[in-house]
Amino acid sequence: MDIDFLAQTLLQLLSGVPLLLQLAFLSIAAGAIFAALLALMRLSGNPALDYPARGYVFVFRGTPLLVQIFLIYYGLGQFPEVRESLAWPLLRQPYWCALLALTLNTAAYSSEIIRGGILSVPFGQIEAARACGMSRWLIFRRIIVPQGLRVALPAYGNEIILMTRSTALASVITLMEVTGIASKIISETFRAVEVFICAGLIYLVLNFAISRAVALLERRLSPQARELSDPTHLPEPAR
Amino acid sequence: MISTPLTQPAVRVRNVGKRFGNLEVLKGISLDAHEGDVISIVGASGSGKSTLLRCINMLEIPDEGEVVVAGETIALRAGRSGKREAVDRAQVDRMRMQLAMVFQNFNLWTHMTVIENVIEAPIHVQGRSRTEALREAEALLDKVGIADKRNSYPAHLSGGQQQRAAIARALAMHPRVMLFDEPTSALDPELVGEVLRVMRTLADEGRTMLVVTHEMAFAREVSNRVIFLNQGVIEEDGRPADVFGAPKSDRLRQFLSSQLRADMGPS
Repeated sequence: MDIDFLAQTLLQLLSGVPLLLQLAFLSIAAGAIFAALLALMRLSGNPALDYPARGYVFVFRGTPLLVQIFLIYYGLGQFPEVRESLAWPLLRQPYWCALLALTLNTAAYSSEIIRGGILSVPFGQIEAARACGMSRWLIFRRIIVPQGLRVALPAYGNEIILMTRSTALASVITLMEVTGIASKIISETFRAVEVFICAGLIYLVLNFAISRAVALLERRLSPQARELSDPTHLPEPAR
Repeated sequence: MISTPLTQPAVRVRNVGKRFGNLEVLKGISLDAHEGDVISIVGASGSGKSTLLRCINMLEIPDEGEVVVAGETIALRAGRSGKREAVDRAQVDRMRMQLAMVFQNFNLWTHMTVIENVIEAPIHVQGRSRTEALREAEALLDKVGIADKRNSYPAHLSGGQQQRAAIARALAMHPRVMLFDEPTSALDPELVGEVLRVMRTLADEGRTMLVVTHEMAFAREVSNRVIFLNQGVIEEDGRPADVFGAPKSDRLRQFLSSQLRADMGPS
């Protein structure tokens, strides 16, 4: 085994981690906001909001992310309207195209996760809140979100891991994140196995950290599932 | 004794009707509950008694008629779909604060401890201070006999304890009227007594209560008025001694004998 080569490769690949994290973080954050909007549209009970959201989810879940990236990167530029629009300075760059594709894709998946979380809250608890004179917004904030979050978190943790891995696809439109750098090293050295092992290792470490963080958050958010360690403590100030 | 009221009723139900699809569940119910009344609403399942209670606090919007709480009519109008809806949700929310409800299935918020359940509405709906709400919640939990469970989550409580917590949650709102929707029907038989004892205490304090129940002994001994609902209409209405002692209708006689059989049957 060529330890020197592996170490050198690993070091080179690590320089792609900031871009990888940036793509993952920004797309997940923007996607979550969009997803929440989509979930509320689905749950609004208004067909004019529900059906567009359904259609969106259908299209973006039903087609490969790779195809979506290609369509956005190569496809959008074919329309003069896009080329002349204010967004063109962004949309001509692979970085923003990748970010857009990743965001639109994760929004579709996440919206279903959020919807499931919201629907998981037993209706009786919502009725009890209504019967106490709580407004819709208060019920949403105090009863639905805290409980829905707990239910949605395991599935959402999965989605975060999926998205972290999916950033690798950004390499096909020339972005030099970890996989992009790996491809470049391979084309120079023809040592595909070692390079990809190094790249895989990086993804593995990142996703291990993410899954631990999600598990920790899950524990924090579900005190009712734990034994009460201190039966005399006062409840935390709720807000 | 049915007192002759000097003031307006705490709750007035006028000609309330409710349909679910083609099924007419309530057919023009009228009923006044005065301060201090403990009214038991009895009847076979499907007679509309839970729906009546749920129409009072607008968990179901009545298709006809109106509900007046302490002189204030809850404003309803025809909505776009033809179903009625509240004119002003804030008014409904304000009315509901005066009409605390205890549910068959407790419906405690499972992500909060018992005491958090009790202080939730006082703090977030009524805007009372946390210190005050906590102090009062402690007293209420003590009163319903689960002070030691204050920091437990509902999942760790028995059904009887959960229902007593739900009663404390309702009391914390300082309601004018308490609505009980079959509060003991989901409980194991040995846990029914502890909940009924708490309810009896509340009745003795002079609280205004509307109780949908299958507990005939409670209806007979604790309430000052019994309403027998049959197929969406009030079939009999009067003092427990009269309603139970001298039922006028065949329906009520049948109902009472079926209840008696159920009570005396093998347990």
